Amino acid sequence: MSLDKLLVDGGPLILGSQIAIGLTIVSILFLVTYLKKWKYLWKEWFTTVDHKKIGIMYILAGVVMFFRGGVDGLLMKAQTARPNMEFLDAQHYDEIFTTHGVIMILFMAMPLLIGIMNVVVPLQIGARDVAFPKLNALSFWLFFAGAMLFNISFVVGGSPDAGWTSYFPLAGKEFTPGVGNNYYAIALQIAGIGTLATGINFIVTILKMRAPGMGLMKMPMFTWTSFITSIIIVAAFPIFTVALAFMTLDRLLGTHFFTVAAGGDPMLWLNLFWLWGHPEVYIVILPAFGMFSEVIATFARKNLYGYKSMVASIVGIAFLSMLVWVHHFYTMGSGPAVNSVFSITTMMIAIPTGVKIFNWLFTMRKGRIKFTNAMLWSLAFVPCFTIGGVTGVMLAMAAADYQYHNTMFLVAHFHYVLIPGVVFAVFAGLYYWWPKMFGFALNEKIGKWHFWLFVIGFNMTFMPMFFVGLKGMSRRMYTYSEGLGWEGLLGFSAVGALVLAAGFAALCYNIYWSFRYASRDVGNDPWDARTLEWATASPAPHYNFAKTPEVSSLDEYWVMKKEGRTNLKKEEITEIHMPSNAWSPFFMCVAFGVVGFFLVFEWFTLAAISAVAIVIGLIANSFDYDEGYHVSVEEVEETERKWRGELK
Amino acid sequence: MSAHTQSTGPLEYRGLQNQMNILGFWIFLGAEIVLFSTLFASYFVLEMNTAGGPTQEELFKIKDVMIETMLLLTSSFTCGLAIHQMRENKLKGLISWMIVTLLLGLGFIYMEVTEFIHYVHEGATIQTSGFLSAFFTLLGTHGLHVSLGIGWIILLLIQLARRGLTPVTARKTFIASLYWHFLDVVWIFIFTFVYLKGMVM
Ligand code: HEM
Ligand SMILES: [Cu+2]
Repeated sequence: MSLDKLLVDGGPLILGSQIAIGLTIVSILFLVTYLKKWKYLWKEWFTTVDHKKIGIMYILAGVVMFFRGGVDGLLMKAQTARPNMEFLDAQHYDEIFTTHGVIMILFMAMPLLIGIMNVVVPLQIGARDVAFPKLNALSFWLFFAGAMLFNISFVVGGSPDAGWTSYFPLAGKEFTPGVGNNYYAIALQIAGIGTLATGINFIVTILKMRAPGMGLMKMPMFTWTSFITSIIIVAAFPIFTVALAFMTLDRLLGTHFFTVAAGGDPMLWLNLFWLWGHPEVYIVILPAFGMFSEVIATFARKNLYGYKSMVASIVGIAFLSMLVWVHHFYTMGSGPAVNSVFSITTMMIAIPTGVKIFNWLFTMRKGRIKFTNAMLWSLAFVPCFTIGGVTGVMLAMAAADYQYHNTMFLVAHFHYVLIPGVVFAVFAGLYYWWPKMFGFALNEKIGKWHFWLFVIGFNMTFMPMFFVGLKGMSRRMYTYSEGLGWEGLLGFSAVGALVLAAGFAALCYNIYWSFRYASRDVGNDPWDARTLEWATASPAPHYNFAKTPEVSSLDEYWVMKKEGRTNLKKEEITEIHMPSNAWSPFFMCVAFGVVGFFLVFEWFTLAAISAVAIVIGLIANSFDYDEGYHVSVEEVEETERKWRGELK
Repeated sequence: MSAHTQSTGPLEYRGLQNQMNILGFWIFLGAEIVLFSTLFASYFVLEMNTAGGPTQEELFKIKDVMIETMLLLTSSFTCGLAIHQMRENKLKGLISWMIVTLLLGLGFIYMEVTEFIHYVHEGATIQTSGFLSAFFTLLGTHGLHVSLGIGWIILLLIQLARRGLTPVTARKTFIASLYWHFLDVVWIFIFTFVYLKGMVM
């Protein structure tokens, strides 16, 4: 790769972005310096190990990535709005659907869910932090390094363009010679290491740090789903690690894992990719299910119906999620016997999922439902997601899939699963837990705009895709000729995407408005909720709980309120031990980012030299014997008085 | 971060944080099992695809591989002795046996590197065929793990020498020993399913 090819030159769109990115960076740097915020940023955010702050950083990054991925989506919708459109050429379209898919799944859905997990899970189980706070910070910073590396691809060097699935032989050096796909292999690898660490961290946290009395079957549902998700992460991500490593070796060193020549096997990539990829969609859907469970129980003002069957179904889903990967390539010659097996396992997933849907409905039955924004999202989720599920069962039938495979029908299906399943859940979770994170609620009225625009826009955008798919439009088509009967549907869908975008804009406006004007006086428990995260101040103090709660039942906080056990006595306050801030996670972010960048461009000497920084980081970490610090009784007392009034 | 401390039982298990670190490492080893299983599975998919390049029988030299195996197995044993010394609270014994373990590990790496160089001279490189790509990657990943383990244990020895046996240094050493034994187990699979199987087929 020669230096003059470093910056992509690709017409006015790219040039505009390059200038915009440059200006944004310069103005952010200027602003932070001007406001003298460097020290604050470093001390409170860059070096923090507090799970709540790490969660907020994940969420912030996720929202920004949603914007990026959404713009990609809009560009695609604009391009296919009319036949023979000349807005994007084939190459650009390829790059955009690739970055769209990768960013939406790995850099939007994952960080938003992991972010909310970070904020909520330790609080829900009555813990002070996660099991390994510094590792948690490292997870975030590695995700961030990966995300940034991936995102610069469209202005530096060129974007990946072989789809988010990056099938070989297309994704190999022979057919995709630029650096684009190197970005895919290396950025996802870096982010993936962080995700794996998160999985381990949350398994140990949930197993070992629950408040006394909280048996496994007394855990809130969101904690359960986070736990099972973490297990799937540990079981599935190493497969992707290996697949990406093979891809990197094939592209950078000329090995033959996936090439057809010299004994490689492209089907190996497909199998490895989907062995991770299908569990991955359950990694993003299960925490979302957990959020809906919390929100529905709270606002139906009843306990969750069928708690045990909920737990059984998430475990069942986790197990089945490992056994269905071949349904992504029924058409690639596995033969009828293999296809039938995978057809059946795939359809079996509908059973536990159906159990969950009915449990939510029964939770609402005869409940005194409060139609808050969080609840609206959960209500809209049920029918929309069911459409996604039912079309999923259609796709699961191997014989029928020969018709649907790689058409817009499939694209409509997975958006109907992912958007109601993940995005609605994240919105529900944000409205619900916002007061917990920031001490004020998002505006309910602007929230209604957000809700209606987004839900209507979503259905307008994706419903027509089912039909245009049935009319024969295959996916990843950048243009089409007139007279195929697609214009009307695609035009309508493009208008829908604008409505959808308006919904997202309403969310952004809501965040802005609420930061400036919302009442700061929401108390610690604005929703009259049921679980422990509401038993402490909102926003939670950095030590979470002055005294570790003792748990006697499911929905503990609800019971505490009923029995009048929410008080804190002055004598109960003791010193609290907390972990100290750490610089090394951020340092590792920079180190991995730089090494990754050099590897993308195949500048091996520079990569080797900068890899020394990673080694230094590891050594420094090994010699770090920091034992944390103690929060004094006085400080705890003062903080608790501030939000409780008097201490009894 | 509650400071549950307990004063009985092995040093490395004292305190909640230590217990969590050890549990976390076991889960990490679970992830490592998935990683190596994937590498093995890929190797089995590709092992016949020699693409006209050298085959297993032409390549593998049983004598060198036997020596490597003996070195690594013995190192696992000495690592166990080291932990035994730690349990007896004998710092010197711990450090000495760990050094023996490291020397055996270094011997293994030396043998493996010479083996690889030999293969490359025979014209069997990582680019030659699907089989060799998978072979070098599987073994390379294992070898890299062993090398990292050597570096890691050296750091721990410095800490042990400086700080003596505390719950923290004991826990770190114990975790490193788990890692070392794990690599030994992986090697047994490599020895059986890559080398032995390759030579009889
Ligand atoms: C925000 C509104 C969104 C719009 C307008 C949109 C639009 C699209 C379109 C038009 C395609 C298909 C392109 C083609 O095959 O020609 C696509 C593909 C895709 N979308 Fe979305 N999408 C949106 C949100 C999401 C979300 C939230 C996710 C995931 C959480 C997602 C994940 C994907 C994936 C994985 C692909 C496949 C990419 C590929 O073919 O490699 N999208 N999207
Ligand atoms: Cu799937």
